[in-house]
Amino acid sequence: MNYFNQDLASLHADLVAKKVSAKELTQATLDNIKDTDTKIDAFLNLNEDAALAQAAKIDEAGISDDQPLAGIPVALKDNIVTKGLTTTAASKMLADFKPVYDATVTEKLAAAQMITVGKTNLDEFAMGGSTENSAFKPTKNAWDQTKVPGGSSGGSAAAVASGQVPVALGSDTGGSIRQPASFNGIVGIKPTYGRVSRWGLIAFGSSLDQIGPLTHGVKDNATVLSAIAGHDDHDLTSSTQAVPDFAADLNDATSVKGLRIGLPKEYLADGVSDDVKAAILAAADTYRKLGATVDEVSLPHNKYGVAAYYIIASSEASSNLQRFDGIRYGYRAKDVQNLEDVYVKSRSEGFGDEVKRRIMLGTFSLSAGFYDAYFLKAAKVRTVIMNDFKAILKDHDFIMGPVAPTPAFGLGDEIKDPITMYMNDVLTIPVNLAGLPGLSLPAGFSNGLPVGMQLIGRPFDESTLYRAGYAFEQSTDFHTQLPTLGGQN
Amino acid sequence: MANRITREQVQHVAGLAKLEFTDAQLDAFTPQLDDIIGLFETLSEVDTTGVEATSSVSDQLNVMREDVADNWGQSEALLKNAPDAARGFIKVPAIIDESEDNE
Amino acid sequence: MNFETTIGLEVHIELKTHSKIFSPSPVAYGAETNANTNVIDWGYPGVLPTTNKGVVADGIIAALALHATVEQHTHFDRKNYFYPDNPKAYQITQSDKPIGHDGWVEVDVDGVKKKIGISEMHIEEDAGKNTHERDYSYVDLNRQGTPLIEIVSKPDIASPAEAYAYLEALRQRIQFTGISDVKMEEGSMRVDVNISVRPVGQEKFGTKTELKNLNSFNYVQRGLEYEEKRQQQVLMSGGAVQQETRRFDEKTGETILMRVKAGADDYRYFPEPDLPALNISDEWIKELGDAMPEMPTKRRERYVNELGLTDYDAMVITQTKEMSDFFDATVALKADPKMAANYLQGDVNAFLNDNHVDLQATKLTPANLAGMINLISDGTISSKMAKKVFKAITNGEEPKAFVEAHGLVQLSDPAKLQPIIDDVLDANPQSIEDFNNGKKRAVGYLVGQIMKQTHGQANPQVVNQLLMTALKQ
Repeated sequence: MNYFNQDLASLHADLVAKKVSAKELTQATLDNIKDTDTKIDAFLNLNEDAALAQAAKIDEAGISDDQPLAGIPVALKDNIVTKGLTTTAASKMLADFKPVYDATVTEKLAAAQMITVGKTNLDEFAMGGSTENSAFKPTKNAWDQTKVPGGSSGGSAAAVASGQVPVALGSDTGGSIRQPASFNGIVGIKPTYGRVSRWGLIAFGSSLDQIGPLTHGVKDNATVLSAIAGHDDHDLTSSTQAVPDFAADLNDATSVKGLRIGLPKEYLADGVSDDVKAAILAAADTYRKLGATVDEVSLPHNKYGVAAYYIIASSEASSNLQRFDGIRYGYRAKDVQNLEDVYVKSRSEGFGDEVKRRIMLGTFSLSAGFYDAYFLKAAKVRTVIMNDFKAILKDHDFIMGPVAPTPAFGLGDEIKDPITMYMNDVLTIPVNLAGLPGLSLPAGFSNGLPVGMQLIGRPFDESTLYRAGYAFEQSTDFHTQLPTLGGQN
Repeated sequence: MANRITREQVQHVAGLAKLEFTDAQLDAFTPQLDDIIGLFETLSEVDTTGVEATSSVSDQLNVMREDVADNWGQSEALLKNAPDAARGFIKVPAIIDESEDNE
Repeated sequence: MNFETTIGLEVHIELKTHSKIFSPSPVAYGAETNANTNVIDWGYPGVLPTTNKGVVADGIIAALALHATVEQHTHFDRKNYFYPDNPKAYQITQSDKPIGHDGWVEVDVDGVKKKIGISEMHIEEDAGKNTHERDYSYVDLNRQGTPLIEIVSKPDIASPAEAYAYLEALRQRIQFTGISDVKMEEGSMRVDVNISVRPVGQEKFGTKTELKNLNSFNYVQRGLEYEEKRQQQVLMSGGAVQQETRRFDEKTGETILMRVKAGADDYRYFPEPDLPALNISDEWIKELGDAMPEMPTKRRERYVNELGLTDYDAMVITQTKEMSDFFDATVALKADPKMAANYLQGDVNAFLNDNHVDLQATKLTPANLAGMINLISDGTISSKMAKKVFKAITNGEEPKAFVEAHGLVQLSDPAKLQPIIDDVLDANPQSIEDFNNGKKRAVGYLVGQIMKQTHGQANPQVVNQLLMTALKQ
């Protein structure tokens, strides 16, 4: 059996036609993960027994036409809580943590009868861009195992790219879905802030975090986003906007004709590699050929995004991560004599270096005497950056640009230098600051490594991004190229 | 180097965050933080006169829950996850320093 | 050297909502340890708070009751600190846009009226409870998330007596809104106090100390009185007051040093990103304001000006809304206001104290109290008989039926009383002689004899009248 090349619609057709049972598909998926993960290290934890039991139940009930996701395996980034299934956030702090409730997306996937086969690796608490900050192991790029898969949703991206699962969920605070999707040659979306409930997502930067799907193709991505999106009474910041059937509009007639696209000159500035620039310029030509106009536009404050982001995200994180104190759950240091030791030793032993660095930066930015110059200033610069986007999107349907300045870098190359690492997010971060949707999709190759393109839209206008992404996909063959490691090829 | 944040400040911030660092860690950390804070300071180049701060990009306003009680029945499972518990309480080593005794 | 005192009070009031401020867990007392807790109350990874609309409404009501301006564009903030009873290690509270600001209450100390300002009031979550034992502390999170309103006074309070009066005024007004029980003994009202003194004429405030363990208004006043003197003595002896926290000792009435404050706490406040901001509409404020009960000061004016009560009676009757409502309902049933006030302050209060119950928990009703008072007023029963009737109405019995069933009807008919009086006079010539010799005591003896003959049912006023007429003939 080989589903590596199948999209969700054809998998669904096979399941409905009983060419394959949900149980067989689940078993094959688990076997394949065990087989390939020795090279990829995408998974932290498999959900073997429960997944097979759920698949058997689905087979028993049968899968009907109107259940497009039923019986299809999915992997969840391990910062999304799953009741009874160990959820670690790739931290020693939660190495043995068993949540007592499900995230809303976990429930929605279950309601769609998707089968959660396991939890994927990430940078500890989603802090990082290479998945090397995992307390357990680094994940490898699906295309080249000497390269990073990106991060922080590196496990989810590598799992999809290597054919371990057709769908995985990630989370994106400053690029953590889009950048690993780009590094692994797949599709990932950071939905509009509030589109998907954050209930059950272990918080990093609460005003920036969003959950989104990673898939091989645009249409699959759209199908899954429709399934997980929507208002949630548990998350008051989740939007009450109606959720369209994003995939329904994607067909051969999908066109970008007449659309106005903005290409910010800052997105092709110094620091962006020549191959990446070339891929984006070629994509712009593709869109022109398809009847869209591509204008050069400007996001004058883009370069301040990184600083504003690292202040805001770290400040929120410093507060969000205070609950990991060794008292109610998670890691408590051994041989502690008093309360102060419980706090200081549990936290100092339980958190890795990058997490500590962010906690320190955030605590500093909020502390007495520094709040105005750092946190408050960053929150104002955030407004300025939002206004830059608003100005462009007033008369452009979306913005296009690269996802990351370079393709995947080597394992160990950047981890020692935080600033270089942080600057890698320069093109994805502003989208989170502004709360806009951002779609990452394959747009080329550089020395055999995938290069991604990013489409940025108006709030809650994921539809236009999917439409434009689908049209691009139909006109190019980047998404059909697969890594040689390739799962069940 | 280390002119934006001192080693002592780093230690003070660590105290607020309930983290501790060895001398060697502080040696490595202090200049790193100093560099990052240097990056932060570039924000002063942006004129934000009269600009409102943005603390949320949610499109929601005034969303509230009705005052209806609902016990989710989770207390047993929660206590089971606690590193130490006794008689239904969460158990923690004694609080020596009362300086943070709250109201 | 003459000194002036500045006192600041931070009052925490627990709200009587069904559910917690940011989680739907029940707010209820006496539950098993940690039974009323869920993943939100435990600060579990991935949880988010949800704002309880009832708490916001209560915040608006409190602001209105304390003459404060409702902040219509408000939001929540995080206050960060580690403590075992604070599960997220931050408290969700309001810092830069509290729900109410610039309010006041009027106090009356020794006949002098004064307005005391309230700088702000905000809604926030309570923490859990730690129990300290040897080597270990035990945490119960049932109280975690219980809604609180914190009310912060302006530096207008100049004496311990004013502090007491301020607390009493605050307690009464909040109690009348019904949003809280405001009982210090039950912890639904908690008071943090700070005090400083400075030589008269000095512009800068003196160094303040904080007082803890003040579990009643009396202790607040006594603790402040002690601390005021102590600080004055420190200054007079050339010393300096330390910024410190002191504990009030209920036994000795002294304050004892707990700890010296090293520097200001650094709570790293910032806007809570998990909760959307609130825009409170004019309509909502009006709706809540229109539904608010009449406040105690208004009621006192009405009682004195319209019903003829004394200031003192009016004050006692307006201690609680229940008492005041009961009074209003009793008077509405045509009971004499003065008598109704007397009964409520006297027999009713004594009954409540003896049985340790609140008025609303008894079988007493305004209808029955009014019924009894009206029976006294129309002479059907005597005040003495009323003692028995009062006992009956505390058991929920209807006074008229009780009086009839027990033959407690007063004998007021002169035609029936005259023969009895004549008989008693005939039998006691000596008393008549004593009376004629100016011994007034003789009257009492004769009345006693008449009451004895009528088994206590004779109307004393009518008896007196008839007897005096007979004696003077």
